Amino acid sequence: MVGAACALYASRAGLDVILVDRGPVAGGTTGAGEGNLLVSDKEPGPELALALLSTGLWAGLAEEFGTAVEYEAKGGVVVASSTGGLTALEEFAQGQRAAGVLAEPLAPHALYDLEPHLAPGLPGGVHYPQDSQVMPALAAAHLIRGSGARLLTGHTVTAVLRTPGGAVRGVRTDRGDLLAPAVVNAAGTWGGDLAALAGTHLPVLPRRGFVLVTEPLPRRVRHKVYAADYVADVASDSAALQTSPVVEGTAAGPVLIGASRERVGFDRTYSLPALRALAAGATRLFPFLADVHALRAYLGFRPYLPDHLPAIGPDPRVPGLHHACGHEGAGIGLATATGHLIAQVLTGHPPDLDLAPFRPDRFTEESA
Amino acid sequence: MTDRCPGRDAPHLAVIGAGPAGLAAALAAAARGVRVTLLDAEPEAGGQFYRQPAAALRARRPQALHHQWRTFARLRHGLARHIAAGRVRHAREHHVWFAERAPDGGFTVHALTGPGRGDPAEVRADAVLLATGGHETVLPFPGWTLPGVVTAGGAQAMLKAGLVTSGNTAVVAGTGPLLLPVATGLAAAGVDVRALVESADPGALPRQARALAAQPGKLAEGALYAGQLLRHRVRVLTRHTVVEAHGTERLEAVTVAALDAGGRTRPGTARRIACATLAVGHGMLPHTDLADALGCRLAGPAVHADDEQRTDVPGVWAAGECTGVGGAALSLAEGHIAGRSAAARLLGAPPGPDAWPEAARTRARLRAFSAVLDAVYTPPPGWGERVTDATVVCRCEEVTAGAIRASVRELGAGDVRTVKLLTRAGMGWCQGRMCAPAVAGLAGCAFTPSRRPFARPVPLGVLARAGEDAGGDGGRAEDQGEGDGRAAGAGG
Repeated sequence: MVGAACALYASRAGLDVILVDRGPVAGGTTGAGEGNLLVSDKEPGPELALALLSTGLWAGLAEEFGTAVEYEAKGGVVVASSTGGLTALEEFAQGQRAAGVLAEPLAPHALYDLEPHLAPGLPGGVHYPQDSQVMPALAAAHLIRGSGARLLTGHTVTAVLRTPGGAVRGVRTDRGDLLAPAVVNAAGTWGGDLAALAGTHLPVLPRRGFVLVTEPLPRRVRHKVYAADYVADVASDSAALQTSPVVEGTAAGPVLIGASRERVGFDRTYSLPALRALAAGATRLFPFLADVHALRAYLGFRPYLPDHLPAIGPDPRVPGLHHACGHEGAGIGLATATGHLIAQVLTGHPPDLDLAPFRPDRFTEESA
Repeated sequence: MTDRCPGRDAPHLAVIGAGPAGLAAALAAAARGVRVTLLDAEPEAGGQFYRQPAAALRARRPQALHHQWRTFARLRHGLARHIAAGRVRHAREHHVWFAERAPDGGFTVHALTGPGRGDPAEVRADAVLLATGGHETVLPFPGWTLPGVVTAGGAQAMLKAGLVTSGNTAVVAGTGPLLLPVATGLAAAGVDVRALVESADPGALPRQARALAAQPGKLAEGALYAGQLLRHRVRVLTRHTVVEAHGTERLEAVTVAALDAGGRTRPGTARRIACATLAVGHGMLPHTDLADALGCRLAGPAVHADDEQRTDVPGVWAAGECTGVGGAALSLAEGHIAGRSAAARLLGAPPGPDAWPEAARTRARLRAFSAVLDAVYTPPPGWGERVTDATVVCRCEEVTAGAIRASVRELGAGDVRTVKLLTRAGMGWCQGRMCAPAVAGLAGCAFTPSRRPFARPVPLGVLARAGEDAGGDGGRAEDQGEGDGRAAGAGG
């Protein structure tokens, strides 16, 4: 997704773009994502600024790509499970509002007006009208097609070509060399490997997540609904399994249930404890789901960097190399701003956001 | 062979599936002192194969079918004896949706049972033997979604349930050895079978003389079906295919045409045949979901198994169609070997390299034979070209061939998973079990089994509690043999 957005904005900035992937379109984490475009889960800071920029850009793309990418400005509802939790949530929302987020406190009656099928007895929540959703694989495919970039799927990059002076001059693939004065690393969870091919260091690591998918239902979950503890999990450094329910209906009918996080490397086995915890969390929020069937589950590997911020911008250690990866679980949402900023940097324009917090060389070797 | 009666501390094997492979495995393991729980979705053991069209079996007790029936009777008798002796518990109507390695090293098999399949049932075991069988595949063609078009296996199920009414008209079409018993079964039940339309050329079979010479039983079976078709005046059209099914509310007729060597229809050969039912099938694919969830390696579309029928996950065996589709006789041989291997290893006596020479020889011979059949009964290469853009390919999500082709042509899809993500083909209730081979064919890419962690849909309320009391020692209610208490010395 991030690569697709980089290709789109770079092409529109007048650059000649080749998009290379060792697999098909959306073959990595994009194809395993929910398509969350969230501001609600981000505390004030550089990531929220990136999310707010992205939200506007997504809305613009939605006008252009219409329903093809299943864009839905459905809004998010964050639910507190206790009065103490509600107080903390409202304080969090207060800070977000100061940073430009629309966040409307919800008294219980307003909460049940928005989501009538929620479990009874909840003290309240916060409504985030800016939260929205796309179908990530469709979004990536349509942005690529719209970009006009040359798409080379099934091409594995085996080396980053460099001049005697150390600057990049293209990539070598298993199907030939591609020469270019600038290379953007949008390899997501595998971005660290690509950085290593360029002789530099970026400590991107996988954080596994599962999503449960139900049978198609008439729309009973109207927003993106999640429990307030999700925010704490997102920001957590723990390697252990964490789950906090994120429940949403989709345009196609199935309800998607996230979100688990665990650091287990690239382990692709299905973990019943993780799936069980997702089901338990979702049925606690929406009791009617207990009788609804899960048809399938899928897993993916979020690309995370130690400080939970992505790497965006030029790598001062390797002239010509740019990074656009490490967005953890927010890559679909943050893709548009990332692509837009990368295109600005590539064409010599001052970026709309200060890229200092996203500097790719901010990590020492030891921090990995 | 001396049957031993296992005590409560005997090792416990969960066999999933009570078709030929699962039955043979359960019997072989139980006879050697292993406690077996045999889980199966159906109320009666036998699997898809022994759910033979009753009418065909009654018809004249022909020799080949009679032989199969005798084998099944022997298996059923053996099962009953082991159940009575407390060596086997037959968990009927248990729909297994997941199997996992437990933290303590054993396994937990998760099933749904009870009315509405809403009640959870868990079986703890020291080892798992997968005999999950296969499922039918059907390749689409214009009109295939009309009411009245059924799968070949579906037609067999209708026969069994007595839903086939005498005087109906039918065409049986597709490719594969399953079409013959379906056609004869329908004819014996009084259905007017207007044609058997086989796209392959079974005349190519005799050229594979060596493998066939080793299969006198199979030849006799084939000859028997041919004789029955003749008797019922069923027209057999080989190297023909159904081009289109016609009808407004439901099926009224089909157009069939002859195929050239390249699998394309020969101009001027199309003819229309009126019929109320079209039974169509294009072979079988292995059920691999449980194996995949357990982390077992797959080889192509099937579960990989070694000479002892072990998967690459310690403690997990696999036998029968899930390790490669090859028919009931092969499943019996593989199940027998798997059951003996599992028993030997669970009882701490690993088998030598030549522990079951007869079964191993049978297995080798039948695998060679099934390879010959596979080479002959393949869908014609031109089938995809006859699927119009408007034809629905994924019925659950109503995805057309045109949408699949566009995802490849315009959106950069190059494999089944990406086509699925971009079109929703295979995302519905059946999770692509029906359409995945067709989607792969139309997208021009290789078929690979997609990853489905749940072997069947599971209510979230059940999933939320699954394995809550895991870690028990196997003494839970679900784990008791139903023959317990009557176990005294029934063995021979």
